[in-house]
Amino acid sequence: MKKLIASLVLAVLPAISLASGAGVHLDHMKPDLHDKASLQKGAALFTNYCMGCHSLKYARYERIANDLGISNELYEQNLMFGDAKIGELINIAMPASNAKTWFGNPPPDLTLEGRLRGADWLYTYLRAFYVDPSRPYGVNNAVFKDVGMPHVLAGLQGVCAHKPETGAEKKVDSLSGRIVSEGGCEEYLKEGSLSKKEYDETVYDLVNFLVYMGEPSRLQSERLGVYVLLFLAFLFVFVYFLNREYWKDVH
Amino acid sequence: MQKLVEWIDARLPVVTAFEKHMSKYYAPKNFNMWYFFGSLSLLVLVNQLVTGIWLTMSYNPSAEGAFASVEYIMRDVEYGWLLRYLHSTGASAFFVCVYLHMFRGLMYGSYRKPRELVWIFGMTIYLCLMAEAFMGYLLPWGQMSYWGAQVIVNLFGAIPGIGEDLALWIRGDYLISGITLNRFFALHVVALPIVLLALVVLHLLALHEVGSNNPDGVEIKKNKNAQGIPLDGIPFHPYYTVHDLVAVVVFLFVFCGVVFFMPEMGGFFLEKPNFEPANPLKTPEHIAPVWYFTPFYAMLRAVTVNLLGLPAKFWGVVVMGAAIAILFVLPWLDRSPVKSIRYKGWISKLALLLFAVSFVILGYLGALPSTPGRTALAQATTAIYFAYFILMPWFSKIDKTKPVPERVTG
Repeated sequence: MKKLIASLVLAVLPAISLASGAGVHLDHMKPDLHDKASLQKGAALFTNYCMGCHSLKYARYERIANDLGISNELYEQNLMFGDAKIGELINIAMPASNAKTWFGNPPPDLTLEGRLRGADWLYTYLRAFYVDPSRPYGVNNAVFKDVGMPHVLAGLQGVCAHKPETGAEKKVDSLSGRIVSEGGCEEYLKEGSLSKKEYDETVYDLVNFLVYMGEPSRLQSERLGVYVLLFLAFLFVFVYFLNREYWKDVH
Repeated sequence: MQKLVEWIDARLPVVTAFEKHMSKYYAPKNFNMWYFFGSLSLLVLVNQLVTGIWLTMSYNPSAEGAFASVEYIMRDVEYGWLLRYLHSTGASAFFVCVYLHMFRGLMYGSYRKPRELVWIFGMTIYLCLMAEAFMGYLLPWGQMSYWGAQVIVNLFGAIPGIGEDLALWIRGDYLISGITLNRFFALHVVALPIVLLALVVLHLLALHEVGSNNPDGVEIKKNKNAQGIPLDGIPFHPYYTVHDLVAVVVFLFVFCGVVFFMPEMGGFFLEKPNFEPANPLKTPEHIAPVWYFTPFYAMLRAVTVNLLGLPAKFWGVVVMGAAIAILFVLPWLDRSPVKSIRYKGWISKLALLLFAVSFVILGYLGALPSTPGRTALAQATTAIYFAYFILMPWFSKIDKTKPVPERVTG
């Protein structure tokens, strides 16, 4: 009986998973928090393209500098504006009331965006802008319909002429073996400074940085976790034999 | 050392207490792995208290500062992320242990005479734990904290006549606000932990008075040797302390695996919408309680008919309350001549299995948005849940039982 129940419980547990997403297909990306170069590029991109409007108000400059292996001096010279101090939280100068008038809603703080939305969502969203003259800033987004945000990265990506297909599988011509379509933007109204592949890599770095930003303790946690589990495995041997020693008299 | 103990013992009965509850508390020697979850619950309780105290040192219980202070703990406090994850994972681990502990009680008839009070104190702990968890969940002041609390407190509004005023009284405001947050904080960190600890003491005192049950459901006190020691009993200390230590290490291995490597547990332990600060003007697409409340939430939503001029929501609340209340009277519903499932007949076994499966399905459904099909399934499983208890006096009596051995087996 108990074996039956135990096996039933075990059988049902993995089947439980939360429903997610509201019908939009997302492109997949695998964040790599060990890739310092990618995270540093992401931090630079964030500073140059996002920080005008989006704060990271729960995070400090110094923590990013330390975690990503950037010296404080270098960070202060290149990645901080105005009279901000390295130990400060990353706030922005844009007043929320003005922002509401300009964009319909104040741009959200992005400290936890990586955890809230997830890497796939962000990666797809930032590559899903397309031209739409009916919108105030001339662009719409295939992931976030009627988003208030302009296409800030248009200088890099260019402006897509049609609504891109997100989460698409690569279509390969079976005779020639050539890729016919791979989803994403197929035709540009205005070219950007980067190729499609380069732009994808750029967005990857930016999203990688946002994922790091959502939980800066992740790597420390995993490093420490390994030692904790090793210790417990080691301790298990002792408690197991201790128990056996005591119980050998019990019949 | 000996002198010191003697000195203290002359003034406080430490030796007697240790003997009564540890070294001369005779527990049946045939406990199996299901018997670990009581000690493990206690371990998690201690974890919650200790990490909770340290979290309180950096937490700010105000609508303006709560969310930021949690992120401050996660980023700026040394090992703050560890304290927070230990606490958030601990909350779920507590319910895992308590649910398995309760299921053990159901299997082996640990609620039967003379252990009715042990069961009732245990049920009260469970009730108290639900209140503790619910109030704790508001504190991070994320979207799910806020809207979860809104939904649950609004349930009180469904009570006819006094409902709206009662909900207002609980919130202290017309909607969940900083005032609610402050009172929930007070209840979560002071009032409920005190009650919880007192109940745990009562649970253990009542248990040690009557003695532990075991997988055979045999009373070990019936067979004693010349010294009055049960023949099938062994001193809790050192036998079960070293035994539980093995379980503790295995448990900690799994627990720390979650804490260090997957603290969100795929959205079950920490829900994604909670990474966004509470916003009273923006309702999340889908509001789901944390997994340990989902079976009852599914029952609440399963009731869809208005009855006797009262809305379905009210009857949902009644059903949800009844689902918990009925567990309290369990000791008087079971009329079987035997305690343990080992010696009960196939009807009891099937009933328990159906009950457990229904509870798991309800938990699954409670986490998902409802559709007509899911509601129908929730209704069926809710019916099975209640049928288990309502029909128990009948099926436990007519069920064919096997003869119970005089002494414990293996």
